[in-house]
Amino acid sequence: MFVARSITADHKDLIHDVSYDFHGRRMATCSSDQSVKVWDKSENGDWHCTASWKTHSGSVWRVTWAHPEFGQVLASCSFDRTAAVWEEIVGESNDKQRGLSHWIKRTTLVDSRTSVTDVKFAPKHMGLMLTTCSADGVVRIYEAPDVMNLSQWSLQHEISCKLSCSCLSWNPSSSRVHPSMFAVGSDDINVTCSGKVQIYEYNENTRKYAKAETLMTVTDAVHDIAFAPNLGRSFHILAIATKDVRLFKLVPIRKESTSTGPTKFEVQIVAQFDNHNSQVWRVSWNITSTLLASSGDDGCVRLWKANYMDNWKCTGILKGDGSPLTGSSGQPTAMSTVLGSSIQTSQNALNGISAGSSLKALYISAHSPNHSHIHTPVGQDCHARR
Amino acid sequence: MEELDVEAVVTEIPAVSTGKHMGFAWGPGDILVYETLYKAKGASSSGSSLIHEVRKDEDIYSPILRKLFNESHHIFVGLQTVGEDVPSKNKKPQFVSISKNYRSVIRACMEELQQLAVLTKDAEAATRLGNQVSILLAIELIWNLCEVLFIDAAPAGSLLLHLLDWVRLHKADVDEKTREVLQSESPAEHHNYWDVVVSYVLQGRVEEARQMLVKQANLHPAARGMFKLMDKLLSKMPFYNPRSTQTLTEFDVIWRHWHEEVDRCLQDNSFSSNQHLEFICKILLGDEDSLLECKDLLGTWYHFLVTRLLFCHPTVKPTDLHYYAQSCMTMFLDSRSVSEPLDSILLASFEFDIHQVIKDCSIVLNNWWFVAHLTDLLDHCKLLQSHNLHFGSNLREFLLLEYASGLFTHHSLWQLAVDYFDHCPEFGRVYLELQIERVPLETERKALKVLRVCEERQMSEQVRSICKIMATRALRNNRLGSALSWSIRAKDAAFATLISERFLQDYSTRGTFSDLDLIDNLGPSMLLSNRLTFLGKYREFHRLYGQKHFSKAAKLLLSLMTAKIAPQSFWMTLLTDALPLLEQKEVIFSVDQTYELMFCLEELTFSQVAAAASEKKPRQEDDVEQTKVELLRLALARNLATAIVKEGTVDT
Repeated sequence: MFVARSITADHKDLIHDVSYDFHGRRMATCSSDQSVKVWDKSENGDWHCTASWKTHSGSVWRVTWAHPEFGQVLASCSFDRTAAVWEEIVGESNDKQRGLSHWIKRTTLVDSRTSVTDVKFAPKHMGLMLTTCSADGVVRIYEAPDVMNLSQWSLQHEISCKLSCSCLSWNPSSSRVHPSMFAVGSDDINVTCSGKVQIYEYNENTRKYAKAETLMTVTDAVHDIAFAPNLGRSFHILAIATKDVRLFKLVPIRKESTSTGPTKFEVQIVAQFDNHNSQVWRVSWNITSTLLASSGDDGCVRLWKANYMDNWKCTGILKGDGSPLTGSSGQPTAMSTVLGSSIQTSQNALNGISAGSSLKALYISAHSPNHSHIHTPVGQDCHARR
Repeated sequence: MEELDVEAVVTEIPAVSTGKHMGFAWGPGDILVYETLYKAKGASSSGSSLIHEVRKDEDIYSPILRKLFNESHHIFVGLQTVGEDVPSKNKKPQFVSISKNYRSVIRACMEELQQLAVLTKDAEAATRLGNQVSILLAIELIWNLCEVLFIDAAPAGSLLLHLLDWVRLHKADVDEKTREVLQSESPAEHHNYWDVVVSYVLQGRVEEARQMLVKQANLHPAARGMFKLMDKLLSKMPFYNPRSTQTLTEFDVIWRHWHEEVDRCLQDNSFSSNQHLEFICKILLGDEDSLLECKDLLGTWYHFLVTRLLFCHPTVKPTDLHYYAQSCMTMFLDSRSVSEPLDSILLASFEFDIHQVIKDCSIVLNNWWFVAHLTDLLDHCKLLQSHNLHFGSNLREFLLLEYASGLFTHHSLWQLAVDYFDHCPEFGRVYLELQIERVPLETERKALKVLRVCEERQMSEQVRSICKIMATRALRNNRLGSALSWSIRAKDAAFATLISERFLQDYSTRGTFSDLDLIDNLGPSMLLSNRLTFLGKYREFHRLYGQKHFSKAAKLLLSLMTAKIAPQSFWMTLLTDALPLLEQKEVIFSVDQTYELMFCLEELTFSQVAAAASEKKPRQEDDVEQTKVELLRLALARNLATAIVKEGTVDT
């Protein structure tokens, strides 16, 4: 791993969240300076800020993109007790030429009476739905019934979790296989003994979300939570950032056909890592859920990977060097040193020859007349192409 | 299989201070990190506002390695279809040749990198290229050994010949030295002369050694007998010939005789007057101390191993290899030097521990190219025990998925990855689904490319999603035609309706249609939504009218209303369109048709009156509408009159 490039975000205060769009060509940043910035990646990979505007009257905690099927839509949530939906409008052509884009506020969601701590769009197959959770312990699910008119959002569900909420995550897998499901985490420090992660599931009959499970073993403050992409498995995997990184497997228990209650799960802990020493603040999966990243009090981002034996290991650490930027963009890890010095020797042998003679000559002369049958196909192929 | 305890790779991020947190965001091919603070909510704190883009693998961005990926992809695809009809025991030659093809691609890449490294002026780039070359060298070395031991699986006798070839290929600096010696004025007196001769002997290249020795013999006519004797010994050195009728036992007897002869020559001090020849004689006898004296010429413990086998155990069996390998490694590497990953990988190969080889390689090399392709080949050779894991995928698939996922982050290499996913029966499809929808759709052309991949694999949800994204984007940019054709492809009825409405709105305000080509050629896709059907049919009416097929046009216009294809909001426009037809000299609407038109008009005015009662409309607009209705009524009445007359006339 290496630092490919560094971008000067130019926020006037702490950055709280950075979010890639679905295709990884745009990103949004938000900050305590109450603004959101949108960045576009150019052909050569450089990032350009194409919009920057004041979004809230408090720190902006999170910013997130809607699926591109719904256009260019962002949602943000803030300490100012609101969440907001933003849409990019195609502006005048001279704006485009100057590399600027226009974002307008489509709605402000003001139902929360406390800081809105997380905002997430629901999986796209559910339509354009936005979910917020807040310190007052309520999860709210909004829907835009007309995707062409994003100024109208209706509050569809209000779910009281009884605990101050810090984070939420939708199960990304499709509802054809199982009911819609999300998990919500709490960092409530006033209640110490109860489970801090709750799983809610949609019930077709009552048309309401009902609690399906509480992870009773997680009693410390939870700061972040993330369902893994399902990959067609029969169970769900949930990563939790609490005083350590925890991975849970939720195996649905087959229910009788007559039962109308929520699915019951067998909850298994898959892994638990305390490498961050203390609190873990963020967890997130890559696209295929082969890598989990976590960020903690040790100031590091750690990457976790399961090998083909399903053993989870820390495979990478991103660590601050604690010094101001010196202009170097970091070096790729020296892989050759890992292989060993004997290779260096052979490389020296290689370096000794001029480009003209090169390996081809080396290779051909390596055939002794005795056994020339052995390697003939090698080399043939590559030289024929020249 | 024991898990090695691997240290996590640490990457330092510049300008992130201690005591702060590091936030991150996953991208498709990289991870963004930035300095932040999670604890103090709402608190202000100055700090770095840099965002760093951290990438995993720079290899895929190297244009030369890209060739490696491209060409090995062809070999891979070919391998997947190898001899489905051929009985497995006859497949071996094919597998060996595929293995060689892979190696030749590695070699070609290595050459190119090497040339570039020599030519470049930039020291840093040269180092980087040099590193890549040495990695490829190691990869090729390991691959070649695996080919000899696992894929070709040469039996005793042939085994040594293969190993000799392996060593000769990878210890090719002898030839460079030879050239140097031969180009000098007096080769036999060159300071490297004996090194070359001994190196040839160590690699079993006796013919070349003899040729070199002739030069020395010519220089010392007095010692001609001694040189002749050495030449005889070398020329008589037996090599096993797998294609002859000679059995291994027969070969062994001949070899022993030769060995005894060499031994006699040493014992009777035939070479005592020439230390060089005596040393070569000792090597021919496989004398351990003499061989170890050649450490510099051998270079590596595995060269030592092969040379030792050549002169002591030429009929070594594959199963005994590990014993010699282990002892040679211990002998060669003194206690001070620790064995390096490459050593343990090669040792594991000699031990025929395929899993260890693959595992060590995947730990040491940061690129999955090598392990994925080698493992796939070994799997095709049925050399991997079924490692069924509860997490799902087996080792082959695990590695292929890793490799292909890496390719997917590249703007063009992702197309190769598709074929790799196709050949992963367990998770390939899901991975492809997750990855392909993330491919940026910068242009329509790119979108069509991605779409074709999805369509070929019946990935209907991805097809729908891509079309929907493109339709939404086109609509946002007011490209209605493109938006419509994408939503037809997506079979998205609601969206098609919405866009059709926009088309009709545009028509109402401007009086012309855009994107005529598209609307004229809708065909059966018109049936996707009612509004789209109407749009298509309405445009057809205009075409008929333009071509002066008035009665056909009239019939179509009427049916649009009577069959309720047209939304009522559009009826007034349709009726207005009927006006010029009613005003024609010739009677176009029959009596029945005219009655139907009148009925439509009444139905419309009735519902408008009802609507007006609920919401107050401005007076002026009402007046215009009223005039229109009056005009229509008049035209309809006149048409009815002429139609009755005409129809009556015909009847009599």
